[in-house]
Formats: sequence, structure tokens, C-alpha cells
Amino acid sequence: MIALRLDGRSGVPPYLQIAQQVRQAIVTGTLVPGDQLPTVKEVVTELAINPNTVFKGYRELEREGLVEGRPGAGTFVLRRPAGPPAATHHTLARSLSRWVDRARAAGLDDRMIESLLREVLYSRDVEATA
Amino acid sequence: MADAPAIETVDLGKRFGSTWALRHCTLAIPEGRVCGLVGANGAGKTTLLRMLAGLSRPSTGEARLAGHPPADDPAFLGGIGYLAQEVPLYRRWTAADHLALGAHMNPVWDDDLARDRLLSLRIPLDRPVHRLSGGMRAQVALALALGKRPRVLLLDEPVAALDPLARREFLASLAGAVADGGVTVLLSSHLLPDLERVCDHLVLLADAEPVLAAEIADLLASHKRLRAPTRDTSAIERDHHVVMRTQTPREVTLVVRLAGPVVDPTWQVEDLDLEEIVLAYLERRVDEPTLALAAVR
Repeated sequence: MIALRLDGRSGVPPYLQIAQQVRQAIVTGTLVPGDQLPTVKEVVTELAINPNTVFKGYRELEREGLVEGRPGAGTFVLRRPAGPPAATHHTLARSLSRWVDRARAAGLDDRMIESLLREVLYSRDVEATA
Repeated sequence: MADAPAIETVDLGKRFGSTWALRHCTLAIPEGRVCGLVGANGAGKTTLLRMLAGLSRPSTGEARLAGHPPADDPAFLGGIGYLAQEVPLYRRWTAADHLALGAHMNPVWDDDLARDRLLSLRIPLDRPVHRLSGGMRAQVALALALGKRPRVLLLDEPVAALDPLARREFLASLAGAVADGGVTVLLSSHLLPDLERVCDHLVLLADAEPVLAAEIADLLASHKRLRAPTRDTSAIERDHHVVMRTQTPREVTLVVRLAGPVVDPTWQVEDLDLEEIVLAYLERRVDEPTLALAAVR
């Protein structure tokens, strides 16, 4: 079972935060095919959030084919998303952590780091399509 | 029938003497939603809830809850749970006494549901309610309201008197009841971060009228703060709806409801939380009469 959380200040819609956390748990192998996701009632009584937020988050994952809702039984993990194996994610997470340490040591706060990342992603896209 | 709103009002209004406590109130809240009701004190929140609960007769317009107009009859009241601002419990009675009263008073009564709720929250059933904490009393009142298996639950500032932990537990408990299905909730509160979590719909009253009534996700997606060095803003004002503007000699800040993407890249576009959006609408409303008063002097 995984513990979901909600960051009220992130600006990311709550249902996408839920979907993203579950997706991440599947990618990193915390959840494997066949595992049951927390029920909507479990999530809302833990986080005091709107049930439709959880439904919507789970539906997003269903749309991506990662999970499957079985009527009366719950929602279950179907498969890992396409992409590199969990180990690659762990390696990338470690090198990103080192980069974040350097950025913070240089005086960047989280907001600056986020906008820098968005900027770089954007400029890479522009280069790639140019 | 599936699409009929659980709570519907058309031009609902209430006048006390020459003062409108609420007017021009037209709303449609779909079934299964949790709708937050916000506004300054005296904006008409309690007036609206009391009319919906059948406790106060409208001066204009009409309302329907789960398809029925509010009325002082058991058929209507049985389908509605209403919690007034002062938690309506008998001080010296125990929770068990209240459950027995609920079973006696209501044509439909799910005793197991009400009792299991209280037991799972570890609320003693045999103690006079005035010796329970405020959070526990609120949970007893909620369990009593849910025991009726209502189609619509109307809550007037249910968490205003609770500490943050009790508030979170109350809202978690409420969200759990909604997850079980079959109930639509309208609750008033001043605590916008709470509402942003637990609600999916918002109605904002200002000066006795609704000024916003929408899905919270849509409000968050469509409202942005735009900042730029001071300049001519007529292009933005033509393309989008400006809710609020603040200007210093160097910088102009706008809160806008977007009608499309912001084309001009020199505007810095920032997300807003629900509280910031609501404040933008309320401040705008407050500004106008203040200006008018200044002109009279």
C-alpha cells in the first residue's frame, strides 16, 4: 500500500498529483501489476479531500492503461508504463539529487529550480524541433 | 433524472423589511458534489441554507432539493440533513440518547450507520454530549444528520469552532460519507484552504448575491495573476476579464479570468489558489461602494 499526499501550494491540480504519485510508484516498482490501489474512501478519509479528485486521478491512470477498475472490487495495477526500468530511474534520481544540492548551494530556491527546469525542457524542445 | 441537479435555485431571494439578505440567486449543483459556500459575514450564506432547509420562506423565486421544493413536511425533511451553526444537540443527553431520538423522529433511519461512525471515531456513546470535545460533538451531529440517509446535506459553518486537527477529522469523515455515494453537500465556511481540498464546487456570495458559482478545478485553471512593468493594459482587458488590478508606478498586477491563452509573453503568468481568487472578487466588490462614499463626502 502506498501513502498518497497532497501539496496545496504546488499549482498542480490535486487529481494530477494523485495520478502522478501512483504512476511514480509503479515506475519505481513500489507498486507492481496486480497490486490494489487504496480505495477512494481510504484516500479521502486519510487526506480529507474530495472523492471526485481521487476518482479523476484514477480515471486518468485508467486512460493511460496503467490501472484497471474492477466493479465492486477496487482499482488494480495493470502494467508498468513504457520506458526504462526502475534501476534507470533510481540512477537518474541520484544524479538529479546531486544537481539539486548544487543549485541550492548556489542559492536557488525551489521555485527558481522549477522554473529553470521548465526553461531548459522548453529550450531543448525548441532545439529538437528546429 | 441522473442529470437533474441535487440542489437547484431560480432567482431565489429573501427580503427582511427593506433589506435584501439574498437575491438573484440562481444555482444548479449536480448530485454527488461537495459545494463550498463562501462570502463575508452577512453576505447571505445562512439565509440561503435556511431557505433550502425549509426553515425560511423565500421572498422571490424558488428552490428544489432532490427534485422537491423545500417544505415543512416529513417527506421533504426526511431527505435533508441540516446542521445549524450552533451544533443542535441536547447538552445533558448522551450520543446514544440522540441516536434513539433520531430513530424515533425519522421515517428513514440507518442506526447502524450512525452508530458505526461514532464507534469507529472512538466517541463514547454513554457520556452527556456537553462533556465531549467540540470535535466529538460536531461528529455526533454529523452522524445524526447522516443517519437519516439524506440526499442533501446542508452544513452551516460546521468547522468554525474546531481546532485544526478536529477540523481535518470532521472533513475527512464528511468526505468518507460522500465517497459512499448518494449524498450532495453544501457547506459554508471561511476556511478556503479546507474548501479547496474537500469541495469540487464553489459558490461565492457578495453583497447578498452570487458572484461565482463553478467547478473549483475550472476556477483554478481559468484565473491567473499577470504581472508586468507598468504599461497599457487595454489589449489584455479586451481579450480577458480583469477581476482586480493593482498598480504601482513600476508594476501592474492583474487578476484575470482568462478567455484563452495570454499571447503577450512579457506578462508573467502565475497560478492562484482558491483563497486568492475569492479575495480578488471580494475586494473588487468592496472597492466600489468605498469609492462612491468618498465621492459623496
